[in-house]
Amino acid sequence: MKVSFFPGCSLEGTAREYGESIEAVCNAIDIELQELSGWNCCGASSAHATNEFLSIALPARNLSIAEKAERDLVTPCAACYSRFKTAEKALTGESPVDVEIPFKGEINILHMLEFLCREEFAEAIGRNITTPLHKVKAVSYYGCLLVRPPGVTHAEHCEDPGGLDTLIAKLGGESVFWPYKTECCGGSLVLTRVDIIHRLNSRLLDMAREAGADCIVTACPLCQANLDTRQEEIGAGKGIKYNLPIFYFTELMGLAFGNQGVDKWFGRHFVDPRPLLEAKQLL
Amino acid sequence: MAVQGERTFRDVVIESVGEEIFDCYQCYKCSAGCPISFDMDLLPHQIIRSVVFNQKEKALSSKTIWICASCETCTTRCPNEIDIAKVMDVLRQIQVESGGEAKEPRVPVFHQAFLDSIKKTGRVHELTMIRNYTQKSGDLKEKLKSGEWKNDVKLGMKMFLRGKLKVMSPKCEGVKEVRKIFKQAAEHKKK
Ligand code: SF4
Ligand code: SF4
Repeated sequence: MKVSFFPGCSLEGTAREYGESIEAVCNAIDIELQELSGWNCCGASSAHATNEFLSIALPARNLSIAEKAERDLVTPCAACYSRFKTAEKALTGESPVDVEIPFKGEINILHMLEFLCREEFAEAIGRNITTPLHKVKAVSYYGCLLVRPPGVTHAEHCEDPGGLDTLIAKLGGESVFWPYKTECCGGSLVLTRVDIIHRLNSRLLDMAREAGADCIVTACPLCQANLDTRQEEIGAGKGIKYNLPIFYFTELMGLAFGNQGVDKWFGRHFVDPRPLLEAKQLL
Repeated sequence: MAVQGERTFRDVVIESVGEEIFDCYQCYKCSAGCPISFDMDLLPHQIIRSVVFNQKEKALSSKTIWICASCETCTTRCPNEIDIAKVMDVLRQIQVESGGEAKEPRVPVFHQAFLDSIKKTGRVHELTMIRNYTQKSGDLKEKLKSGEWKNDVKLGMKMFLRGKLKVMSPKCEGVKEVRKIFKQAAEHKKK
């Protein structure tokens, strides 16, 4: 199985372990990721907040390249995914926006989570599990743009999604219920309003703790970075040590697959997940 | 009522988000679920009201339009299918084009630094973007004064040691096409 892959700007930087674990997992289940040639940044919030044309045309260029390659387009970032789906709707809807970039809508645009949860990979994933994640109690954190707004994402249960929970259970872990599956982490305010980022992430961390989880699982570089890199300072401000590892879902897949790269990925985290995993005899 | 033929502020917003905005019955659901409402000067339902009443200055001079995190909760939950998150976008776009000072000036400076980075290389280089933002927003000056810079350096070092700081600028073969998109975008104004 071969698909076009849009890594997005953070996969070589802050979300390096996400990229590495995606590669490892896809290799294991025979998925070939063909990096989209000459891809450009989707524009993220900065484009849609300031210029409508830019917010459609920047993602449109990528969609057009992917359509020419005649393969579905998969991206691991919830923000890029959202911009692509929004552009798809704008370019192929009833009154299409003209950005002079051809795109007919003949390929599927998928987030990595949605893609790997497809029925066709279920058997291969099951076959690869050598280290079931027994005793890992995780809350699934979908965040905003993977599911919202449903008119763009077509998510079936946008207030209570389930794909990540099903996957955690399949890997042998316990998916713990919590009410903040799709609450906001503040995303793009990370440099401008650190106080808001602190407040939102502190709520998330508190709720995960109250739910009895020992880690949070994410599917977006922005969510992971906010929860992981800011955790120590948020805790310090409240006199708490959260110690809640924040995983990318593909890292947990790699761990369950017995992948050799896990140590390198986990070494990139601010909140080191290794003590937790050692205590659960998973490392 | 506006003079016939003259487009009002409200008309410009409706052109992008649709007539549904008149269905708003001020039920407050958008504001109740908004994660940023605690720091807003106008709540999302009040923003919608200000558009319906054509109160341009009130809407554009709000802090709300800049600190809205575009989380799409309001749009998802509105019983009348009003795309409130998009209204926020359109208001920001109009404000940026007007050239006036934003109530939360750092946010548009951040967006500009982010877009400049894309224009230059086709992709965002986190390190360059952050440097440009801290210089242009006055963040750097303030942090040097308060001593906050030490924390930033510490965070940066931690990132670097974990291999999370890409030092080299990215290369995108499509950068010429990307610049063309930016040129076209400059011609597409809201007015
Ligand atoms: S949820 Fe919709 S109808 Fe209710 S106040 Fe907000 S915009 Fe108006
Ligand atoms: S999109 Fe903006 S206004 Fe709407 S709920 Fe989210 S932060 Fe609030």
